[in-house]
Amino acid sequence: MQYQSFLIKYAEIGVKGKNRYLFEDALVTQIRHSLKRVDGDFIVSKESGRIYVNAESEYDFDEVIEALKCIFGIAAICPMIQVEDNGYEDLKKQVQSYVDEFYEDKNFTFKVNARRGNKKYPVNSEQINRDLGELILHAFPETKVDVHKPDVMLHVEVRNKINIYSHVIPGPGGMPVGTNGKAMLLLSGGIDSPVAGYMIAKRGVKIDAVYFHAPPYTSERAKQKVVDLAKLVSKYSGPIRLHIVNFTDIQLYIYDKCPHEELTIIMRRYMMRIAERLSEESGAMALITGESIGQVASQTMQSLAATDAATTMPVFRPVIGFDKQEIVDVSEKIGTYETSVLPFEDCCTIFVAKHPVTKPSLKMIERSEEKLEEKIDELVETAISTVEKVWC
Amino acid sequence: MTEPGEQLTDIPPKSMDREEERNEPYMEAYFDNSATTRVLEPVRDIVVKIMTEDYGNPSAKHKKGMEAERYIKEAAEIIAGTLKVAPKEIVFTSGGSESNNMALIETAMANKRAGNHIISTGIEHASVYNPLAFLEEQGFLVTYLPVDAQGHIRLDELEAAIRPETILVSIMYVNNEIGAVEPIEAISKVIKKKNPSILFHVDAIQAYGKFVIRPKRQGIDLLSVSAHKIHGPKGVGFLYIDQRVKIRPLIYGGGQQRGMRSGTENVPGIAGMGVAANMMYTDHGEKMRSMITLKDYMIDRLSEIDGVTVNSLPGDLSAPQIVSASFLGIRSEVLLHALEDKEIYVSSGSACSSNHPAVSGTLKGIGVKPELLDSTLRFSFGVYNTKEEVDYCIDVLKELLPVLRRYQRG
Repeated sequence: MQYQSFLIKYAEIGVKGKNRYLFEDALVTQIRHSLKRVDGDFIVSKESGRIYVNAESEYDFDEVIEALKCIFGIAAICPMIQVEDNGYEDLKKQVQSYVDEFYEDKNFTFKVNARRGNKKYPVNSEQINRDLGELILHAFPETKVDVHKPDVMLHVEVRNKINIYSHVIPGPGGMPVGTNGKAMLLLSGGIDSPVAGYMIAKRGVKIDAVYFHAPPYTSERAKQKVVDLAKLVSKYSGPIRLHIVNFTDIQLYIYDKCPHEELTIIMRRYMMRIAERLSEESGAMALITGESIGQVASQTMQSLAATDAATTMPVFRPVIGFDKQEIVDVSEKIGTYETSVLPFEDCCTIFVAKHPVTKPSLKMIERSEEKLEEKIDELVETAISTVEKVWC
Repeated sequence: MTEPGEQLTDIPPKSMDREEERNEPYMEAYFDNSATTRVLEPVRDIVVKIMTEDYGNPSAKHKKGMEAERYIKEAAEIIAGTLKVAPKEIVFTSGGSESNNMALIETAMANKRAGNHIISTGIEHASVYNPLAFLEEQGFLVTYLPVDAQGHIRLDELEAAIRPETILVSIMYVNNEIGAVEPIEAISKVIKKKNPSILFHVDAIQAYGKFVIRPKRQGIDLLSVSAHKIHGPKGVGFLYIDQRVKIRPLIYGGGQQRGMRSGTENVPGIAGMGVAANMMYTDHGEKMRSMITLKDYMIDRLSEIDGVTVNSLPGDLSAPQIVSASFLGIRSEVLLHALEDKEIYVSSGSACSSNHPAVSGTLKGIGVKPELLDSTLRFSFGVYNTKEEVDYCIDVLKELLPVLRRYQRG
């Protein structure tokens, strides 16, 4: 016997008052979208504060669970069987065969947790709990009741139909993507930025991304790696529109005009400016970076402040207080680590100075940037007008 | 707030390929033939014919099986003919790496009662190195001979390295990074004079098709070859095994190829390799003379440019198809990508090892200056390359190098 239905539980969106339906609809949309990539036909429905997924064809259980586990807003996935209400005796029979089918080893403790959504049902929940408990104890003598910490919590929900489930698979939590606006992720190809994108998407934010490509200093493979990373993040965030900016001329111009120790900071400030411009066009309301305090010279407090000053948009840095290992742990969990560590150079390191400034003052940086006045606007315009957009 | 459902209306269009405008004239120059080559047209034709028409299993008892078997027999005869050996001394494999693995691991294992010492060099390909590392784990001892500035091993050092327990010597014919040619016949003489029962394996993956190889006369017991370096298909190669060599199979199974290499034969690949070998060795001298002319021309033109050091020897002092050059002050990967943008394809060091940014053992071995190790490119020719392509490449280099030199790390 195979589960044909899944009950989708959601946590935070349950408390959003009158906007609740918007969140539920967004979650239904995300689930539908995600299941399109899974073999089989599924119907996703919303019914009195519940979301159900019903399989209408053969399907692979693990594949469905894997897909659902990537959808933000889902607190738990409960594979269940749904049966028609054919009277109380039939209900008992169904529950007994459920236990028999899904628990080969009957040596467990359990508790029955009945809920009567349909208040017209002739038996009340307390009575259902007692009757079913007795039935199971009798039918499977190895089982024991434990009302405090049962191995198996057997849920029986009496609604128009009857839902029976006992497996609760945790979902990723968070909020459905698309319920909290859009932000622009600066994606470098390293370990941190995909994690940052994942974390913000988890709060319901749709993700656009920008990658700064510097041929011939960075290779086509480095670019492909970023596309691959965006695709991996999109498993969670939904489709990502990746903006690929050709940054070479800007970088070389900065190299020609500014002190080399300030190169990275100035370069990052232009990245922020370009990301801001692209955001205006795409409707993103904030920028996301994978910076973490003190990780490298360009991520000291002073450097972060100097970088921040280049944009008026909010800059989200969700891994700001993470140690490297903590970031690595998340990237391994979400499956971006292996791709992130492929050895292709990104544009931040190609001209890195031996001793980059670690405590830049904004004044000093701004003074250096004045040396760029002659051509930089034109170069930025060219970079923006030649941006390549790829859906990942 | 974004409307729910935006996700669906926002689904990407299928393709968003950028149209690239090119105003300047360009040509494609594929100078990475030591990584792999484009197949010759008759090779493509026979591969397609066998895949679509004569697709029988050579072990099948029916007519289609016999037909397939005949292709293999013919390929074995052609290849044996190019080496002047017996067809039954040719074992078809999945390529150079398998040939090297089998030659090293399976002769060492089969002869371990005679001794546990192996001699090789410091400039071998990874498909020789890594099997040797495996053998070291199994208790074998390996001596790696150094090379001189030209990339040649020294015969006196080889002689001194041979011990009573030495069972196998493995030395590449042509080095894949700089094209140095090892003195195979002289090496064999040194080995056999000391102890005729020591086996001599030659990795000829960059040499076959370029040199006239006579295993019997040159004293080679095992010889590894790959088809796709000589305009044949990928995924096929062979190992020549002198009939007196004691060796075990690497792959066990249905007993194909006299039990030496089980698995249904790659008939299209093998036949394609036969055709490629035949074509390479037809008018061979003439073909090689024109390749050497091209190489020398490239070396001359590279020497016109400031800050370029050529690491390969001219004429017949090194392989006809390889020119290694170092570009002072430029990282090889950057130059490689800048050339790629002009449709010129080369490799940095050796393509096979380029996935690991480890610095080349060969370049270090021949004493390339440390600051040039990461600034070295390999240009390698095939039968399709022309002088015009070399001229185009030199023009592009002259244009790129000053720009690239201006921008350096640090």
